[in-house]
Amino acid sequence: MKSQSRVGAWTAVIVGSLYFLIPLIATFEFSLRMKRGTYSFEAYRVVLADPHFQASFGYSILMAILTIVVGVLLVVPTAYWVQLRLPKLRPVVEFITLLPLVVPAIVIVFGYLRIYNSSSILPFTGNERATDLLLVFGYVTLSLPYMYRAVDAGLRAVDVRSLTEAAECLGANWPTILFKVIFPNIRSGILSGAFLTFAVVIGEFTLASLLDRPAFGPYLQLIGANRAYEPSALAIIAFAITWASMGLIQVFGSARALSGQNI
Amino acid sequence: MSASSDAGSVQPELLVPPALTPTPRVDGPGRASQWLAWIGVMPFFTFALMFLILPTGFLMIGAFQDSQGHFTLANFRELFQPTVMDAYWISFKVSAASALGGALIGSLLAWAAVQGKLPGWIRPTLMTFSGVASNFAGVPLAFAFICTLGRVGLVTVLLKKYLGFNLYATGFSILSFSGLTLTYLYFQVPLMVLIVTPALDGLRREWREACDCLGGTPYQYWRYVALPVLWPSVLGATLLLFANAFGAVATAYALTGSSLNIVTILLFAQIRGDVMHNQNLGYALALGMVLVTGLSNGGYIWLRSHAERGRR
Amino acid sequence: MAFLEIENLHKSFGANTALHHFDMQIERGEFVTFLGPSGCGKTTVLRMIAGFETPTRGIIRMDDQDVTHLRTRQRKVGMVFQAYALFPNMTVADNIGFGLKIAHRPQAEISKRVHEMLELIKLPQLGERYPWQLSGGQQQRVALARALAGRPQVLLLDEPLSALDAKIRISLRQDIRALQRELGITSIFVTHDQEEALSISDRIVVMNEGRVEQIGSPSEIYNYPRTRFVASFVGTLNILAGHVVDPATGRMAVDGQELTTTQALPADDAGKRRLLALRPEAIVLEPASPGRNTLNATVEEVNFLGAVVRIRTRVKDAVISLDVFNDPNRGLPERGQPVSLGFSHENLLVLEEGGV
Repeated sequence: MKSQSRVGAWTAVIVGSLYFLIPLIATFEFSLRMKRGTYSFEAYRVVLADPHFQASFGYSILMAILTIVVGVLLVVPTAYWVQLRLPKLRPVVEFITLLPLVVPAIVIVFGYLRIYNSSSILPFTGNERATDLLLVFGYVTLSLPYMYRAVDAGLRAVDVRSLTEAAECLGANWPTILFKVIFPNIRSGILSGAFLTFAVVIGEFTLASLLDRPAFGPYLQLIGANRAYEPSALAIIAFAITWASMGLIQVFGSARALSGQNI
Repeated sequence: MSASSDAGSVQPELLVPPALTPTPRVDGPGRASQWLAWIGVMPFFTFALMFLILPTGFLMIGAFQDSQGHFTLANFRELFQPTVMDAYWISFKVSAASALGGALIGSLLAWAAVQGKLPGWIRPTLMTFSGVASNFAGVPLAFAFICTLGRVGLVTVLLKKYLGFNLYATGFSILSFSGLTLTYLYFQVPLMVLIVTPALDGLRREWREACDCLGGTPYQYWRYVALPVLWPSVLGATLLLFANAFGAVATAYALTGSSLNIVTILLFAQIRGDVMHNQNLGYALALGMVLVTGLSNGGYIWLRSHAERGRR
Repeated sequence: MAFLEIENLHKSFGANTALHHFDMQIERGEFVTFLGPSGCGKTTVLRMIAGFETPTRGIIRMDDQDVTHLRTRQRKVGMVFQAYALFPNMTVADNIGFGLKIAHRPQAEISKRVHEMLELIKLPQLGERYPWQLSGGQQQRVALARALAGRPQVLLLDEPLSALDAKIRISLRQDIRALQRELGITSIFVTHDQEEALSISDRIVVMNEGRVEQIGSPSEIYNYPRTRFVASFVGTLNILAGHVVDPATGRMAVDGQELTTTQALPADDAGKRRLLALRPEAIVLEPASPGRNTLNATVEEVNFLGAVVRIRTRVKDAVISLDVFNDPNRGLPERGQPVSLGFSHENLLVLEEGGV
């Protein structure tokens, strides 16, 4: 019986690996075929040299960074105060941070377009910069679950209450505590949240497309509709970026920061 | 690559609030810091209100209104028109198919990695890869599958060349319902692996040993102990996968575009250009979506707490 | 023929030997405890008797049948785990009746047996509860009932009390022993707690690093430890360095003070350095008297532990602890005070050279 299950297990793993690796191999192989008759990285060269690629990729990176900054500034104090002084609010906050996982992104952006269009009090979509801001806020919303969870786990791992009380005994005021004591100790939690947010934002399509912003997601879709070989090169690049983000999370000890509950 | 616009969650355990840390009852150093705390969390709540709750709420309420703002249920009646009903039905089918397929395959893979007595490096590799793959959705994924199973995709070509099997002669196309389902599996299966693995870990070795001592065969162990313990988690995870697929946009957009009319594509088109000539119908569509995903996630959470009850 | 015979049992995991040469005969109805620190191999032996591990070498026989290569489910052993391992999806009654159910016994027989077992563990009203609704002690009792329901030939208990509170541990171990006596079932109990082992066993096997250090009754193990490990693991032991003055008369010297032991010493031991051992309960605070040993020491610490007061004294490099019963009417020595420790000649043990 033991050897039987091992055969079954190996079969499952091999079949699974094939299913997951073959599309990657196929895509990579296809991306090398731009130059007729020979394998080359021509598609990559074209893509990387394309000013539209650089513009949209740069735009998305900028959006990602802004999202991370806003997200951290929003989430860390909140998680901190809730843990320390307002434990009764915890269920409410957690419910809020779970909503973006339940409400699909397309519904959220639909809501934005209806509420914040040019005829409302806060005409975010009125001009480009304001729309960019709205996009960032949308991304912050989408990444809220990951960011909050990572930070919260990080806070719980370092027993915030004791740290704060110790710091208070030594005479620190709350900005000092927040920035000199708490932030450094939850660095790995913040970084995990940041990398996840990065992965989410870089390839995001729905929000960017419906808000009509020149992000990487819509760019990818446009290329796919019009070109043959470049999309596959882009897909490989996208996969590499996702892999890198996830890898960096592992590097920064995410297992501890992001787990915290078994299912 | 766009996690939330398509694949949903890379960390599925996010969907259930973690157990409360036992914060000791503290009266605190005084009202001043209590006020400070309230002020400290205000930005978050303001943000949540403005960019999450109000927009969603607006749509939900708008679903019950007509273009003049009067209360009506007409929009829901409109939902029953063939285009919309079809869209829901196709969405339902794709989501169910990819959820069930993902659940089955993901469970098998997770079981193989956790209990299959394989070399030690298989499990961490599988988990890492699942973490990446569950996030690799959206437009790039669509490209990848076109490169694989498209008309001139690698696999299609190899099948023809070495096995003489013409995939497209059978009527299969990657730009179809089955193609989309197959593509969805790419992030559904890893998601299932990520959720189910901890549940499998929760199967204590001692249960198996106790069952052995009492004279149980492996079949009896699975039938009377392991499966009953696992099914809430597995079912809950399947519901999660369902909700995940239901709300996905980008992959479908890039792969089948408007040729496969699923709810998210319909909604997308409606937002872009009011193709149904009725704004409020769009709201109703959105409400319907939120109901579906809400119920699925609710089911997942309920099943999960049901499963937790027996553990520790 | 003994009921459970273990011959020359060895177990290696790759290059790592977990168990060296384990030999033992256990009589029917005996309660044997394997005692030792973590990693000493006691659980390994238990798991091989249960059938979860296969020995690298050696034979296990139960009731004259060679079970060494028999599957667990064919062995009819009952096992109680440290983590209770009750099936969470089943009620208490279903848990207890599980073995009978999968043996396809008729329902009437199962119900009757479950009822009997619930009475035996004194939890008759908890049949319909689920494990997560029970306390740790109750869960472990249910686990016991489950293991015994099928009338196994051997009962194996793998540190069953380690996860429980101190008070429950004491009462439950009495219950386990009482139950075992009533049913007359051969039992093997694994623990690292020497008090548990001493209080309920017929015989104890003390193990360390995969080897058997000593097998004997609780009294033998405690009063006549053969090695330093046994002496220090089972109970507290004061160890002193001294040397032999005269092996014929048993005279020893410690820190310039002369002591006598009744333990036999080899004739050529004169002048040799040896380790001496002294149980705390053998020492009394008394002035020097003829026919008894006296050691002059200085009080380092007095710890009030409730019924007992532990006094720690120092003799040059050695620390000697002694226990006196609490008596509020009698004063206690103070730190730094010189005291005189008295004990009989018989109580001065000389340890085997080389005992770690």
